[in-house]
Amino acid sequence: MIEVNSLVKRFGAFTAVDDVSFTVEEGEIFAFLGPNGAGKTTTIKMLTTLLKPTSGSMRLDGLDPMTAQHEARKKFGIVFQDPSLDGELTAAENMEIHGVLYHVPHKARRQRTEELLKLFELWERRNELVKKYSGGMKRRLEIARGFLHTPKILFLDEPTLGLDPQSRNQLWTHVKSVNEAERVTVFLTTHYMDEADRVAHRIGIIDHGKLVAQGTPAEIKERTGSETLEDAFLKLTGTTIRDESASSTDQMRQFAKMWQRGGR
Amino acid sequence: MRAIYILWLRELKRYLRSRVQIVASLGQPMLYLLVLGFGLGSVFQKAGMGSYLQFIAPGIIGMTVLFSSIFSGIGLLWDRQFGFLKEMLVAPVPRMEIMIGRTLGGMTVSVIQGLLVLAIALIVGFRPVNWWHLPLAIGFMLAISLVFAALGVAVGSSLQDMQGFQLIMNFLVMPIYFLSGAMFPLTGQGWPLKIATRIDPLSYGIDGMRAALLGSSAFSPATDIAVLAGVGVVLMVVGAHRFNKIEI
Repeated sequence: MIEVNSLVKRFGAFTAVDDVSFTVEEGEIFAFLGPNGAGKTTTIKMLTTLLKPTSGSMRLDGLDPMTAQHEARKKFGIVFQDPSLDGELTAAENMEIHGVLYHVPHKARRQRTEELLKLFELWERRNELVKKYSGGMKRRLEIARGFLHTPKILFLDEPTLGLDPQSRNQLWTHVKSVNEAERVTVFLTTHYMDEADRVAHRIGIIDHGKLVAQGTPAEIKERTGSETLEDAFLKLTGTTIRDESASSTDQMRQFAKMWQRGGR
Repeated sequence: MRAIYILWLRELKRYLRSRVQIVASLGQPMLYLLVLGFGLGSVFQKAGMGSYLQFIAPGIIGMTVLFSSIFSGIGLLWDRQFGFLKEMLVAPVPRMEIMIGRTLGGMTVSVIQGLLVLAIALIVGFRPVNWWHLPLAIGFMLAISLVFAALGVAVGSSLQDMQGFQLIMNFLVMPIYFLSGAMFPLTGQGWPLKIATRIDPLSYGIDGMRAALLGSSAFSPATDIAVLAGVGVVLMVVGAHRFNKIEI
């Protein structure tokens, strides 16, 4: 369902994704794990047509997201890592816009919006402006919105970031149910290893832009001789903390980039 | 089509909900209209040019439409900042439709703003020569908003964040306004200013509004329409191209 071959993305001298290849089968839940700044989100952005790779090839259900952008967009749904809601609109309106953009028929839209907002306990406050929501509520709304239509591939970029255990539980139950009932292929990233261990059929671990391990959770634990996935992860990626903060040169570069063609 | 409609509706809802902003955005046109209109009135009169309020009102309406439409396009930057742009860009909707929906929304809002300023002008004593030409004036407001909403999209798609905003304001928006003849007649200037005013597309928009509301203009209304339509089409193509190229 997802095929990635020698994918590379460079930002100037920095290589964010370095020769990554993997395959995700139809109906599979694939967890993409890695420390901060390892290249997870960049990979997702390339797969979801938001960013052009420097080199390499990708296929989503046989389509190239670089050339058949519009067709490819019909295949997937995505929950982004960072906010993507319109704060000046209500929760119901955010759902409505999403439903229209994804061609969900009117009746199904209303019905599913109600189900999902009730499931994530936002229904009572559906007519409030999203900017008045708490961080957790916004996150829940993003996730509810992601499930409004049923795509063939669902990308979840750190969906549980900032969620309480109850909502997290709801989310994974729901992910499993759409995966089993509708054979939705799921591609997710998370920092919670226990979640990945519990939910994912297969796992890929990326570090410094390179894929360092791939396989079922059991295989990865076995190969590294670890009890838990967390231990395996630390063995594979080391214990140093990654520094993501931008230096002043990075900020200067940012400023210069603003005026270059092609925006990013 | 549903996508165009829902994005148009979004712009309209956001506008109607920001009451404070609506009032705030009318402050500047009112200052120009009242302070300049009455302040320079006697000088203008002595120069034998008639009522300055009459002369400047179409210019101030044009300015309002200019600001409002260009900012609707640059509003892409806010969508980028708050993340909603991603939501639109990954949707299975041609980017052209997204751009059209947004642009139509921005145009609608701009024309509403223009009509509000027209209402204020009427309250303080502005009188169109022929009321039946009001639809023509609204047509020119639409043309102005199309040109500058498209320019705004082109600029908004090319910038990364709000840091460039001041630059755009001081070196693009304000010159467009000051060179448009909104505040002075487009006759009798030296050649550098004459050329600059002729290059500015807003000159033709405001000239067209004067033709509609006052019955007198520097160019012919047909020229005004032709220039605005031509520039509008070019900027739409450029804007669509830039918008298509956006990466997050």
